[in-house]
Amino acid sequence: MNSLEVSQLAYAYPDGTQALFGVDLSISRAERVALLGPNGAGKTTLVMHLNGILTAGHGTVTVAGTPVRKDTLKEVRQRVGLVFQDPDDQLFMPTVRDDVAFGPANAGVRGEELDRVVKGALERVGMLEAMDRPPHHLSFGQRRRVAVATVLAMEPEILVLDEPSSNLDPAARRELAEILRSLDVTVLMVTHDLPYALELCERSLILSDGVIAADGPTRELLADADLLARHRLELPYGFAIPAV
Amino acid sequence: MGAGHHHQLYLPGGSVVHRLPPQCKLIAVFAFAVVVVATPRERFWAFAAYAVLLGVVAALARVPATYIVRRMVIEVPFVLFAFLIPVIGLGERVTVLGLSLSVPGLWAAWNILAKATLGVAASILLAATTEPRVILIGAQRLRLPSLLVQIAMFMLRYMDVIMDEMRRMRVARESRGFEARNFRHIPVIARSAGALFIRSYERGERVHLAMLSRGYSGQMPIIHDMSASVPQWGTALALPAVALAVLGLGL
Amino acid sequence: MHVPDGFFNAVTSVSAGVVAAAGVAVCLRGARRELDDRTAPMAGLVAAFIFAVQMLNFPVAAGTSGHLMGGALAAILVGPYTGVLCMAVVLLVQSVFFADGGLTALGVNITIMGLVGVLVGWAVFRLVAGLARGKGGVTLAAFLSALISVPASAMVFTLLFSIGGTAPIEVSAVAAAMGGVHLLIGIGEGVITALTVGAVLAVRPDLVYGARGLAKPLVLRGAEGTTTVGAPEPAPVRGAGRPFLLGGIGVTLVLAGLVSFFASSSPDGLESVAESKGFLDRATDHVFSGWALADYGEVGGIPVGVAGIVGVGLVLLVAGGVAYAARSRDRIKV
Repeated sequence: MNSLEVSQLAYAYPDGTQALFGVDLSISRAERVALLGPNGAGKTTLVMHLNGILTAGHGTVTVAGTPVRKDTLKEVRQRVGLVFQDPDDQLFMPTVRDDVAFGPANAGVRGEELDRVVKGALERVGMLEAMDRPPHHLSFGQRRRVAVATVLAMEPEILVLDEPSSNLDPAARRELAEILRSLDVTVLMVTHDLPYALELCERSLILSDGVIAADGPTRELLADADLLARHRLELPYGFAIPAV
Repeated sequence: MGAGHHHQLYLPGGSVVHRLPPQCKLIAVFAFAVVVVATPRERFWAFAAYAVLLGVVAALARVPATYIVRRMVIEVPFVLFAFLIPVIGLGERVTVLGLSLSVPGLWAAWNILAKATLGVAASILLAATTEPRVILIGAQRLRLPSLLVQIAMFMLRYMDVIMDEMRRMRVARESRGFEARNFRHIPVIARSAGALFIRSYERGERVHLAMLSRGYSGQMPIIHDMSASVPQWGTALALPAVALAVLGLGL
Repeated sequence: MHVPDGFFNAVTSVSAGVVAAAGVAVCLRGARRELDDRTAPMAGLVAAFIFAVQMLNFPVAAGTSGHLMGGALAAILVGPYTGVLCMAVVLLVQSVFFADGGLTALGVNITIMGLVGVLVGWAVFRLVAGLARGKGGVTLAAFLSALISVPASAMVFTLLFSIGGTAPIEVSAVAAAMGGVHLLIGIGEGVITALTVGAVLAVRPDLVYGARGLAKPLVLRGAEGTTTVGAPEPAPVRGAGRPFLLGGIGVTLVLAGLVSFFASSSPDGLESVAESKGFLDRATDHVFSGWALADYGEVGGIPVGVAGIVGVGLVLLVAGGVAYAARSRDRIKV
C-alpha cells in the first residue's frame, strides 16, 4: 500500500483563482521524494490538501489507504505530519515540551505515555535538552528541528516538509539533513532548493502550473537543463551534478 | 529593546516563593492588594508594616531590592500625577516652602503613592518569582475562562515575534533616513502599523492551520495540572493574612 | 492611563471588576460565534499586535508624544467582541506580568480602556460608516471613532472618579483636564487609526471587519455578455447585531445601576460634588476620621441627583449610540 496517493486533484480558491489542474502522484512507503517547483506553482496549495486543510474541488487524496474526507480528518491529520516553513507558526505553545505534546494530547495520549512520546520525538531530532525551554529562546535551526519533533510525536505515516532548508545556515542545514536521513518514515519535501533535494531524495516531482510536469530520479531531472529552464528552476551558480 | 515595560520580569530561582503553586500566589497577591487598598490612609504604621512584609517576601525569594526599585519606573506617570493633586486639590490649604498646598490633597497624594507603590511592588514580586506560562496555569486553576487563558497564552508567545517584526520595520525605516519627528510623519508610522496588523493576522491564520494539522478541535488538551496542598495555600496566604491582622489591630 | 492600586476606593474597584467581567463574558460568547475555533490564536495574535502598537510613540505636538490606546482600532479591524477580548487580555497581561496598572484596578482599567474604548469606538464607527459610504467613509469613520473614544474613556474615568476617586479634586476640574488632554491625544489616535485602517484597507480589505460590506460584486462572463452578481456575504454572522446590542444595553444598565448605587453610598465622590457646589463647608475634619470606606455615609439631597443625572445621561448616550449602530448595521445587510 502506498503512503500517499493523489489522483486528478484540482482546486480553485474561493476567489476563483485555480491553483491545481489535475495532480497525479503516488509515493510508496519509506520513500523520500522531493516536490520541486517555482514560486506560485501550487506547491503549498497541494500540501494543504494532504491533511485536509483544503478540501479537493475534484479528485482524491488517499493517505495509507484512507481517503481524505470530512469524516476521516482526525485520522488523516494523525497520519500526515506537516512541517510549516516558519517554525514560529508551528511552535505556538509556551514550552518545547508542551508543543511536542500538543498533537499526541489531542489524540488522547495522557500521563506517562505522553511523556515517553514527547521525549522520544525530541531525542530523534537531538533536542531533548531543550525540553523545558520556550521555543522563542531557541535558534532558528533548533526551532525547525523542534518543529519536526512536534510532528514526529504523532508518529505519522508521512512527513511533509515545506521548504525545510530555508533560512538555515550551512551547519543547521547539514544537521537537519542528517536527522531526516535517520528517520524511517515516508518523506515528501517541498522545496526549490535543488541541491538539498539531490542530497536527500532519490526521486523528484516537478509541479508546474498546477500539474506534475516531471517525475523521475532527482539526478536525471536536475541534469536536464532544458526541463529545469522550462519550469523556472535553476541550480545555484557553480553547482554541477556530480557524475554518476 | 523597546520601552522598558516590555522586559520580562521573571527571575529564575528555586526559593520557597518560586516553588509555591501559581494559583496560591495569585490569590495571595490579589488579597494583599485589596487589604492595602482598603487600609485607611491615616494608618502610617500599617503601610510601614506592609512594606516590611513585602521586604520579607523579597528576601525569601532572593529578589534584590534594586531589582524591584528599578522595575518601579512603571509607576512614574502616576507619581507625577500624585504630586499635582496637592497643588490643584480642594479644601484647607497650608503653605510649604512657599507653595500653597491643599491638606486633603496632600492626604490623597500620600494615599495614592503609598497604595500604588505597595501594589506595584507586590505585582513585581509575583512576576519575578513566577514564569508567565505558570501564572497562566494558575489562572486556569482559578477558573478564569479557558478561552481567555488561551488568548493570553498566544499573546505571550507571539509578543516577542511581533515586537521583532516591528523592530525590523523600524530599522528599515531608519536605514532609509526616516525618523519620526513631527506630525507629518504619522502616515509613515501608520503604514507600518497597518503592515504589522496584516502580518499578525496572517500569522494567526497560519498558527490556526498548524493547530488544526495536529488535531486541534477547539479544546486545548489538558497538559498540566498543578494542584496545591493545604500547607502551600497556608504559606502563600500568610502574606495577606498578616496584612489583614495588621489592619485589624487598628480597628 | 493605566490606573494603579489606591486610586479608586475598594468598592469602586471591585464593582468595576464585576462590570468588566460581565462585559468580557459577553464578548467571549460573541467572539466564539464569529471566529469559532480560530478565536484563541486570532485574538491572541491581535492582542500581541495591540500590545506592540501601544509602544509606537508618535509625535502629537511640539515636543510631546503619545501612544495609541488602540480600542477603536481593535474594534474596526477585528470587530467589537474580539476587540474587547484583545484589549482585556492586553491589560491583564500588562497588569500581572509587567506590573503596569494595579491588580485591584484591573476592573477599572478594563472597563475604561477595554469596554468603553471599544464600544464607543465601534458605535461611532458604525454610525458614521452608515452615513458616509465607501472607503472614504470608512476612513472618516475610523478617524472620528478613535477621536471620540479616547475622550469618552476619559469621561468614564472622570465618572468613576466622581464616584470613588480618592483625591479631593473638583470633578469639573478633572473632567476639564482629562477631557482636554484626551481630546488632544484623541486627535493623534484618530489620525493614526484612520491611516492604519486605510493602509490595511488598501492591501487586504478583507481583513477589516468594519468594512466587510465593501466587497466588489463578482463579474460573470457568459454567452449573453457579462453579468454581475452580489458579492458573497463575507462570513455571515447570524443575529450578531442583537446579542451585541443586548450586551451593550446590559453593560449600560449595570453602569447606570452602579451610578445610582454609588451616588447614594459613596463618600468621596459625593464629597467632591458637594464641595464643588459649595454645599459642604464643614469639610476638613473628615480627613482624620477612621475608615476610608465609611466616612460620610449620608449627604442628602441634590448632589445625589446631580451625580445620578450626569451618570445616567452619559450612559443613555452610550446606549443610544450602540442601539443606533446596531440598527444601521442591520440595514446595511438587507
